[in-house]
Amino acid sequence: MITLDTVDLAIAAALVLLLALLSLRLHGGIARQLLVAAVRTAVQLTLIGLVLKALFAHVHPGWVALMSLVMLLVAGREVMARQERGFRGWRGYTVGTFSMFLSSFAVTIFALVVILGSEPWYTPRYAIPLLGMMLGNTMNGVAIAMDRLTQTAWDQRHVIEARLMLGERWDRAIAHYRRQALRSGMIPIINAMAAAGIVSLPGMMTGQILAGAPPVEAVKYQILIMFLISTGTGLGTLAAVGIGSRHLFDGRQRLCLDRLRAP
Amino acid sequence: MSKTPPLLQIKALTVPHVEPVNLTLNARECLCITGPSGSGKTLLLRALADLDPHDGEMLLADIPSRQIAADQWRRQVGLLPPESSWWKVRTGAHFRHGTALPLERLGLKELLLDAHVSRLSSGERQRLALLRLLANRPRVLLLDEPTANLDPENAQRVEELIDEYRRNRPAAVIWVSHDREQVARVATRHAVLEDGHLHEQPRALTA
Repeated sequence: MITLDTVDLAIAAALVLLLALLSLRLHGGIARQLLVAAVRTAVQLTLIGLVLKALFAHVHPGWVALMSLVMLLVAGREVMARQERGFRGWRGYTVGTFSMFLSSFAVTIFALVVILGSEPWYTPRYAIPLLGMMLGNTMNGVAIAMDRLTQTAWDQRHVIEARLMLGERWDRAIAHYRRQALRSGMIPIINAMAAAGIVSLPGMMTGQILAGAPPVEAVKYQILIMFLISTGTGLGTLAAVGIGSRHLFDGRQRLCLDRLRAP
Repeated sequence: MSKTPPLLQIKALTVPHVEPVNLTLNARECLCITGPSGSGKTLLLRALADLDPHDGEMLLADIPSRQIAADQWRRQVGLLPPESSWWKVRTGAHFRHGTALPLERLGLKELLLDAHVSRLSSGERQRLALLRLLANRPRVLLLDEPTANLDPENAQRVEELIDEYRRNRPAAVIWVSHDREQVARVATRHAVLEDGHLHEQPRALTA
């Protein structure tokens, strides 16, 4: 394995700097954003590197749990921020966060205990990267599906209410839009699985190969990850769309669009 | 001896911009509501169909609305909004199979059911929406300007069909209209919603 030193990273940084200069010359107007993002990457990843190093050195369930909680809460905030017309107040945060908790944690723990069988099962070296990949992908599915659900509920409010007026139950009145939301949440991961290895070499596998792992071993891990991610995303999206559509109606099966934010 | 309870009783129902509404309606009655635009007529009908949150009590044949599942309530207290909505491509897909629809009574052709909804005129849609609602056999009909897009001939057909439904079902009808002559034709009672008050007109003026 080729280890990177500071000079290697400095050369890569120089490339970004060059791009920023070029953008400045061409009045691209993104030089500042580019540099800020680059600095954030360096700082955030360095910090997480140090955190992981400490975490790996002190294997304790408490620290793993704390780290997982922070990751979950940040992912929950991200899901909320990506909604054009999400739920107001506590619903906006809890629907997405709870769905991700349910799916990501369940699938990660299942993989750790049943498939990987690490000893102890919460060994941070396996638990944290796995959970990170699960959350990162589930987050996408949940955010897209929720956004689609709330947006369509708003756009199609006349149709939904017309169906209620004809005496349909709330779940029937929204069933079609629920399926649409579910499908749009799942499409990215389905596409990723279909294109894996042909159009793109997945990042995790590439990383393992660069770090010196035999390609076939890396591929096996990548397949495992893909299957886990699609299961996690599917379950998370299912939960988010299920809970979210329930929140669109009150106890008297009225469509409650005042629970949504203005765009 | 037992007396039949009123079909619909409304007690202190809150509607935005309107003082709490009290109303009692028997089967075979047709209450027309008139009043300036924005006075809350549409919101009153929505509250009666339990589509908006409200305070107060609504009873259908003496049974409080909260004891009836909301979807069942809306089957029995059917609201026809001014603009109809359609969500399937083919018109006929919005009707349950095997329901006998009195299409020709409203001057509509059987063929319309095979047409795409987008090909229908607004008048055809309005009449079909009425038939779609009547297929539920509601006991209370809430009609929000049901003849707004219709020519006089078709408006008369709609009036006759509703009149017949009201007597035979028997049903109570609340009919929001802007047309004074129509009110004179169809109403058995008449109320005006104005400045936040729903006040019923004496019967002499209704006829």
